[in-house]
Amino acid sequence: MEKRKTIEVPEALYDRIGARIRGTEFASVSDYVTRVIRERLAVEENQKPQGYTKEEEEKVKARLKALGYL
Amino acid sequence: MLPPHGGKLVDRVLPTERQQGALEEAGKLPQLNVGDDLAKDIENIAFGAFSPLEGFLCENDYMSVLHEKRLSNDLPWTLPIVLDASKGELKGLKQGDTVAIIDPLKEPIALLDIEQIFPFNREELAQEVFGTTDRAHPGVAKTCAMKDSLVGGKVSLIRMSFDEFQKYRLRPIETRVLFKEKGWRTIVGFQTRNIPHMGHEYVQKTALTFVDGLFINPVIGKKKSGDFKDEVILAAYEALLRHYYLRDRTVMAVLRTEMRYAGPREAIFHAIVRKNFGCTHFVVGRDHAGVGKYYPPYAAQEIFDEFPDLGIIPLPFKSFFYCKRCESVVNEKICPHDSTQRVDFSGTDLRSRLIRGESPPAELVRPEVAEVLLRWKNPFVE
Repeated sequence: MEKRKTIEVPEALYDRIGARIRGTEFASVSDYVTRVIRERLAVEENQKPQGYTKEEEEKVKARLKALGYL
Repeated sequence: MLPPHGGKLVDRVLPTERQQGALEEAGKLPQLNVGDDLAKDIENIAFGAFSPLEGFLCENDYMSVLHEKRLSNDLPWTLPIVLDASKGELKGLKQGDTVAIIDPLKEPIALLDIEQIFPFNREELAQEVFGTTDRAHPGVAKTCAMKDSLVGGKVSLIRMSFDEFQKYRLRPIETRVLFKEKGWRTIVGFQTRNIPHMGHEYVQKTALTFVDGLFINPVIGKKKSGDFKDEVILAAYEALLRHYYLRDRTVMAVLRTEMRYAGPREAIFHAIVRKNFGCTHFVVGRDHAGVGKYYPPYAAQEIFDEFPDLGIIPLPFKSFFYCKRCESVVNEKICPHDSTQRVDFSGTDLRSRLIRGESPPAELVRPEVAEVLLRWKNPFVE
């Protein structure tokens, strides 16, 4: 079982989520909140830049040309 | 384009100016021998195909992957990438030591900085990853044959290996630059361990209709007996691409790794690797990475529901077949005719025909592909 920590949400929101997940694949409000946060984080993380330099890119292009891909 | 898994493309290749020194250093260091599969995975780690991994898993990540299908930092990761070693090989070694990794040709290929040596339970690994401890499952059989301990730590690749598929060996940074140069913003990855038949072509072209580019990425590495040989798969694809695909819309490169036959877990792993290559979408077919009847037919598609944060979009496809009434490749979602009209893409039938030297029917395999297949006396892994 993975370690878990407590976060707080407004009680009304908690109740709303509880009502919404009844009969769904979510076993608890925590499971629902975990999924929503992971979805949100993925969207934000997908905005990050590529992470390689212009110089690296030029070297790569030279190899791609040599192999016939460009 | 999507960033790599974890946000950064890992690069664990030693700079050119350090490689000669590292080779000399490797001769003086304790050594760990690895087989061909592990040697390939060291390259995959070093080139960033397995980003964010920088080496072999330590115990907290290993346990988290086994039980949560995530690394200990919560990132989705479903297959334990581990290095096993015997007590004898590890004698005198401890955390903080550096060892030279030696490939099957007895050449040093990498350095490993040992972060942890830990025991593991083979049955637990098999049950969690493959969903069975049945030794008839090839992944379980391999797990049972693993050595006593696992060694976690970062690797540094000294030199890239050489093989007959050099032309098709692209690193993730290379495919990313290539896709950018082609002006592709959306790319669908297609994993395969098979020769292309009309069903594959139908799936690939259907997917390509909705994105900018198609990345065909055959797995090259150890497979089970009866699978097509790597060189046959590549030659068959070369013929197909030459005659039936737009060059500006398709790229083919190989993924050098073994098939684990871990079904749903391997489907997630395959998607992550293609995300690292720059794909935004990934085709998941029926019984992806399956073997025998160990996994429900669509389990490899359903598992994607567990990963809203995967960062690559799965494209699930139903099983496809040729319909005599439709006169085309279809699937059960789009074909209204009954099963008497169907011609299935049976691997067994295809194998039998090839062994007899017969060409498969044109509605199942393109004639140009069939011609290539028939050139081999035995196109199958022994």
